[in-house]
Amino acid sequence: MYLQKISLINFKNYADEELEFCEKINCFVGDNGEGKTNLLDAIHYLSFCKSYFNPIDSQNIKHDADFFVIQGTNLKSESLDVIYCAQKRNERKQFKLNKKEYSRFSDHIGLYPLVMISPADYGLINEGSEERRRYIDSVISQFDKIYLDNLINYNKVLLQRNILLKQFAESRSFDKSSLEIWSNKLVMLGQKIYEKRLTFLDQFLPIFRKFFAFISGGKENVDIDYQSQLSDGNFEKQLNDALERERTLRYSIVGTHKDDLQFNIDTYPLKRYGSQGQQKSFIIALKLAQFEYTKNIKGFKPILLFDDIFDKLDNFRVEQLMKLVSNDSFGQVFVTDAHPERIRTIFNDINTELKVFEIKKGTATEVTTGQ
Amino acid sequence: MYNFPSKLLENAVNELSKLPGIGRKTALRLVLHLLKQDSAIADALGESIIKLRKEINYCKLCHNISDSEICLICSNPQRDQGIVCVVEDVRDVMAIENTGLYKGVYHVLGGIISPMEGVGPGDLNFDSLIGKAAKGEIKEIIMALSATMEGDTTNFYLYKRLKEFQITISTIARGISIGDELEYADEITLGRSIMNRTPYENMLKG
Repeated sequence: MYLQKISLINFKNYADEELEFCEKINCFVGDNGEGKTNLLDAIHYLSFCKSYFNPIDSQNIKHDADFFVIQGTNLKSESLDVIYCAQKRNERKQFKLNKKEYSRFSDHIGLYPLVMISPADYGLINEGSEERRRYIDSVISQFDKIYLDNLINYNKVLLQRNILLKQFAESRSFDKSSLEIWSNKLVMLGQKIYEKRLTFLDQFLPIFRKFFAFISGGKENVDIDYQSQLSDGNFEKQLNDALERERTLRYSIVGTHKDDLQFNIDTYPLKRYGSQGQQKSFIIALKLAQFEYTKNIKGFKPILLFDDIFDKLDNFRVEQLMKLVSNDSFGQVFVTDAHPERIRTIFNDINTELKVFEIKKGTATEVTTGQ
Repeated sequence: MYNFPSKLLENAVNELSKLPGIGRKTALRLVLHLLKQDSAIADALGESIIKLRKEINYCKLCHNISDSEICLICSNPQRDQGIVCVVEDVRDVMAIENTGLYKGVYHVLGGIISPMEGVGPGDLNFDSLIGKAAKGEIKEIIMALSATMEGDTTNFYLYKRLKEFQITISTIARGISIGDELEYADEITLGRSIMNRTPYENMLKG
């Protein structure tokens, strides 16, 4: 599968632009603020029906315009699919595949899988555990609707249970049997979520380690440690033991909503002891593992987007990475960089199909030469 | 806001627009419609509402809305008092009655457990059902609540309180609707249908 063509009207800083891509490496070069990442975001729209960066669609319309349109032509197993996304101000977003409008966006997500790697992903390392839970949940639930359903229900039960705990505290009353039914559901659903996260990480970790070793040249050892209260013993018993504290705190303190993933480098927490380059390599390996996991399930290669990837990485790592994604186990790749010469030097030694576009004030010109 | 030429008109619109699903525009349209009609129609409407509110009864046995102390279903000697179908409200009773297939009686809970909406077990009609069960009057209980998380939780609560009695407890089947094609069923429903499959012989019995 690959994206052959994209056309943009009034999307972010693009007034009217049409680009044709090659099947392998496509680079967008240009200075800051010219619109390199906006192109990646448009490609992201075609896969996920939304922006990677800004959840408010109307803010992606060009400042002086009333609507935007993104249209992409995707070649998938010998058929050409046209994906159309339009947003008018104050209207509902329209999303069509081959001129047929979707009633639910979720029907589209997953048909044209894509993995984005961007500086925004640093949040995975630096922010709270919620970010990391959201990340693995999104990877798992893309292919496991039962997991998604369990997750949604778990959160509903959690909300109801917390409200109940609050009501008990406010009315200075306590009804054991009433709390028990919610605790029981919490245990039932939480157990399933825990087991799924565990088996997922079992499959995911070896892939992740392989990629990290490749990028770093095997210099460092990395690990993702799944931390869950559920691995410390019986969930139901822990919940019972926590009852007094929960009644004081007025919310649930045991469960999969407290899970975290600890990222380690040479057995030390990456957040505190990893250099910026190591952190970046970690995120990239994580996303590449997500790529391969998706590929294994889907049976074809997702599109890979690298936003501002070269920053903070040493030349060795950059070259390793570009060699890796140029080989046949990867499909179409999009890369942005502020330095055109760097792209040229790197790809001089790599035998792959390459297209370079120079981005200037919301226009793109193909400048592929010297192949 | 509208400038009403008449206080009476404004009052009527205000009252009607308090009803669920009716905004001020619809309320105004309804009021103007009533004014155009013969005044007997408005009288009938008003009286029926007043009478409904003042004279309505809830059945002592099943808590269904009724004109008498015991509702028509509970007082019908042909209904099997040993089979009780637990439902959320009167709409569900009407829906199941419309199937014409159910010969037992009902028990109307008056809602489902949801702390978010401020509904706890104490707000619902559980105790009279447990009382009936304790007296040994019930052979089977069918839980027919919505297939939502709150419905499931209410089922579970009921099950916990009933399991000490010698009663068959069942819940209505969840799965593919009659006449539906498999490819259009969502994954959750389809998955559940496969997990909870039914022996084909049961289907033959109809």
